[in-house]
Amino acid sequence: MSEIEIESRNLDLWYGSAQALKKISMAMPEKKVTAIIGPSGCGKSTFIRCINRMNDLVKGCRITGELLFEGADIYGNDMDAVELRKKIGMVFQKPNPFPMSIYDNIAYGPRVHGLRNKEELDRIVEESLKASALWDEVGDLLDQSAVDLSGGQQQRLCIARTLAVKPKVILFDEPCSALDPISTAKIEDLINMLKHDYTIVIVTHNMQQAARVSDHTAFFLLGELVEFGKTKQIFELPDKKSTEDYITGRFG
Amino acid sequence: MTSLISPATSDKAAKVMLWVSASIAILTLLFILGYIVVQGLPVLTLSFLLESPRLSGAEGGILPAIVGTFCLMLVALLSAVPIGIGAAIYLAEYAPVGVVTRIISFGVECLAGIPSIVIGLFGYAFLVIYLGFGFSIISGGLALMFMILPWVVRVSEESLKAVPGGLREGSFALGATKWQTVSRVVLPSAVPSITTGVILGVGKAIGETAVIMFTAGSSLLMPTSFFDPVRALPYHLYILASEGISDPMAYGSSVVLLVMVLVINLAAVAIQRHYGRHHVRN
Repeated sequence: MSEIEIESRNLDLWYGSAQALKKISMAMPEKKVTAIIGPSGCGKSTFIRCINRMNDLVKGCRITGELLFEGADIYGNDMDAVELRKKIGMVFQKPNPFPMSIYDNIAYGPRVHGLRNKEELDRIVEESLKASALWDEVGDLLDQSAVDLSGGQQQRLCIARTLAVKPKVILFDEPCSALDPISTAKIEDLINMLKHDYTIVIVTHNMQQAARVSDHTAFFLLGELVEFGKTKQIFELPDKKSTEDYITGRFG
Repeated sequence: MTSLISPATSDKAAKVMLWVSASIAILTLLFILGYIVVQGLPVLTLSFLLESPRLSGAEGGILPAIVGTFCLMLVALLSAVPIGIGAAIYLAEYAPVGVVTRIISFGVECLAGIPSIVIGLFGYAFLVIYLGFGFSIISGGLALMFMILPWVVRVSEESLKAVPGGLREGSFALGATKWQTVSRVVLPSAVPSITTGVILGVGKAIGETAVIMFTAGSSLLMPTSFFDPVRALPYHLYILASEGISDPMAYGSSVVLLVMVLVINLAAVAIQRHYGRHHVRN
């Protein structure tokens, strides 16, 4: 049984007066993949964006309850969001490479954290691109604009960019919803490789994807956590009727 | 019930009328350009561009006016661009949406609406007299800065707002601070369109006469410092024509001014083309 890396206890979230998350309690274990599934608007993206405090940027967003990272309160007074995000990286739904070279994209994180040494940066860029299975494709094109890459390559670049900061956790917010099936398969392979070194939380619209890549699955519905457990159990023998209905495609 | 004119006929009629409108617009431009070029061509020689004027501009060239115009633009740009982009960054990235932003935006709008002759008068009272800059490149350039500042703020703000939000999120998610995000990702992404906008603003300012006649002076000598007075090209041609000094010389100056504006606009297009590729798609 592995250690708990992230734990949410009775987490409530409001956008203005609308409650988007209701009493979410779940624990995400270290170096495992936790998938969050559910229909659109169920709060799964909202929840994952709490973990690296991306919701800080949303006006009128209010949170109560506890969200712990390595035992420390993510929303505590002594938690620095900028420091937190170095340890908890995020890959977004739409690939968002910066309009600069491939090299500069990967080096961006280390650079903003103060690294200037060229050799060290070279090494990180190479390592990160290798770890995201992109080195063979772009190793010779580091000076090219990242924007010219294909969608799938852009998304792997965004993963490489996240790895370059050496986080402990990587959050994936529907990372494949803008990609074709072949690119999607590559990202899934990558997630299966990365889980040996990182704790992964992935929000996905695609139930097969959750079944393929995750160890644990959480099913969200209307802002509530309906069911959370081992992926195998959730997909084969769910406790709740609504989980079964969603998984078998009766709604969603 | 059937209409008197068939849809096919009205379709054709509309097409013809729109074509006529478009033609009139193009022909007007071509007529003005053609007329000025034909009138100005006889005096357009290399010495016209490279010599100082003699006999109040009736003979000789217009080099000091060209140099003066460039210097005025330089001062206006060097002052308006940092202030304008700074204000735009504040408005687009930092200021909470609310009363303050609206007041600042409204103020910028109002500044844009002030007639240039009024800005000229203010420049005369404030820069020339009160601050003691006298009739000089500094006074004229700063007065022009008041003219183009709203434009620079507006263009920069729009360009910054057009940068996809995903880029900001991507930067924050890597543990970058707000300023790192703004200065290393958002601003560089917006620079091509800001540059294009600013250059077009210069294209407008370069022909501005009312502002500089009160502030930059009307000296025909070659300036040696930024505190020397100069006569900018549009003012030079105004004086040549209005005081009956020389119509051909006035047209010659016009051609030079038009070419400068044309070059500026082409530069803007070229920059847009060159950097367009780097902009994030989708």
